Amino acid sequence: MNKANLLDRREVVAKLLADRKDAIAVGGLGASTYDIAAAGDNARNFYLWGGMGGAVMIGLGLALAQPKLPVVVITGDGEMLMGMGSLATVGLQKPANLSIIVLDNECYGETGGQTSHTESAADLVGIARACGIGDARALATLAEIEAFAPSLHDTSHGPRFASVKIDAANLERVLSSRDGTFIVNRLRGALGFDPI
Amino acid sequence: MHARADASADTTASWPQDIFAILQRFEVRQVPYVPDAGHSQLIERVLASSTMRGIPLTTEEEGVALLAGAWAGGQRGVLLMQSSGVGNCINMLSLTQIFRFPFLTLVTMRGEWGEFNPWQAPMGSTVPAVLELSGIKVLRASHPPEVREVVEAAAGQAYNACTPTAVLLSQRLIGAKVFTK
Repeated sequence: MNKANLLDRREVVAKLLADRKDAIAVGGLGASTYDIAAAGDNARNFYLWGGMGGAVMIGLGLALAQPKLPVVVITGDGEMLMGMGSLATVGLQKPANLSIIVLDNECYGETGGQTSHTESAADLVGIARACGIGDARALATLAEIEAFAPSLHDTSHGPRFASVKIDAANLERVLSSRDGTFIVNRLRGALGFDPI
Repeated sequence: MHARADASADTTASWPQDIFAILQRFEVRQVPYVPDAGHSQLIERVLASSTMRGIPLTTEEEGVALLAGAWAGGQRGVLLMQSSGVGNCINMLSLTQIFRFPFLTLVTMRGEWGEFNPWQAPMGSTVPAVLELSGIKVLRASHPPEVREVVEAAAGQAYNACTPTAVLLSQRLIGAKVFTK
C-alpha cells in the first residue's frame, strides 16, 4: 500500500497549523481529526467523530458566521467524496476565508484500507475547480505545503482547495475529545459566545 | 422529485410572511434550503433580505452540518426543505444531539392530503417518525392562522432551549400540486 515519496500526513498537518494564529481548524471524521489533535489541542479545533461528509459544510457555516477568521477544513478523501456536493455549495457561496485541504491516501484507512475512488478515477482538484473554486491545486512536496500554509490566513481571496497525496500508513491514533457539546462550546467560548 | 414548479401553491398566502417575520425577530442569519414550491415565497424574502443569507444546497443533509458550523461561529439558522429531504438528512441529524445546537427546520409536506404522485407517499408518510426517532421534536401547522404560533413556539424552543425542532407545514396548508385538471 505504501508508495515512495508520498508525504507523511502528520508532518503535513503540523506544517499547515504551525503558525495558525486565530485560525479555526475543522477535522473530518477519521484520521484527519487525529492529525489535528496531534498538531496540538486548541480551543479552535473542531473535531468530528461522525457526520461523515459534513466537514466542508461545517466549515462553510463557520466561515460565513466569522468572515474575518480563517477557517481551515482538513479532511480525508473518503469523507470528501461523501460530501462532494458541498464543493458545489461552497463554489456558489465563495466564502473568502475558507480553505479546504484533503489528505488523500486513496483509501479508507479507518476501515481496512479499501481503495477509494481517488486511486484511479476521481480527481478532487478538478472537481473542486469545476464546482467554482478557482484556487484549487495539488500539493506534492513539503516545500509546497510550507509555501501554501501562509495563504490560509488570507481571508480575502478564498475559497481555496488543496489536495495532498499522502502515505497510506495507519499511524498511531492521537485521540481528541469526543464530547461534541464540549468541543462546540469550547470553540464558541474562544470566539466570545456565552452558553445559553 | 424535489422540484415542485407548480401552479397550485397560493402565491398570495400571508403565512410565509409570518414565518419570515419570526425568523427576523429571532435574528436568524443562515438559511440553507433545497427548493420547494411551498417554500418559494419565503425563499424569495430570504434572498432579498439584507440580514439573512439564503444558501442553496445540493442535498438537505448539507444544511444540518452547515447549521452546526453556523452555531459554532455564533449564528442561528433554519433549514428549509421538502418532506423527501428529511430522508436525506438522517445520519447528519445525529449532529443535533452530539452538539446540542439550536436546530430548526421547516418541512413542507408531500405525500398526503390529495397527493397525485404516489412516489411522494412513502417518505412523506415516515417523516414524523423519522424525525422523532432522530431526536427532533415535531410540530405541525395545517391551517394558515396557526402557522405563526406554531413557528414561534418552534423557534423559541430551538433557539432559547437548544431543543432540535421541526415544523411540518402540511400539504393541506400549501395545497396539493395539480398535475391534471
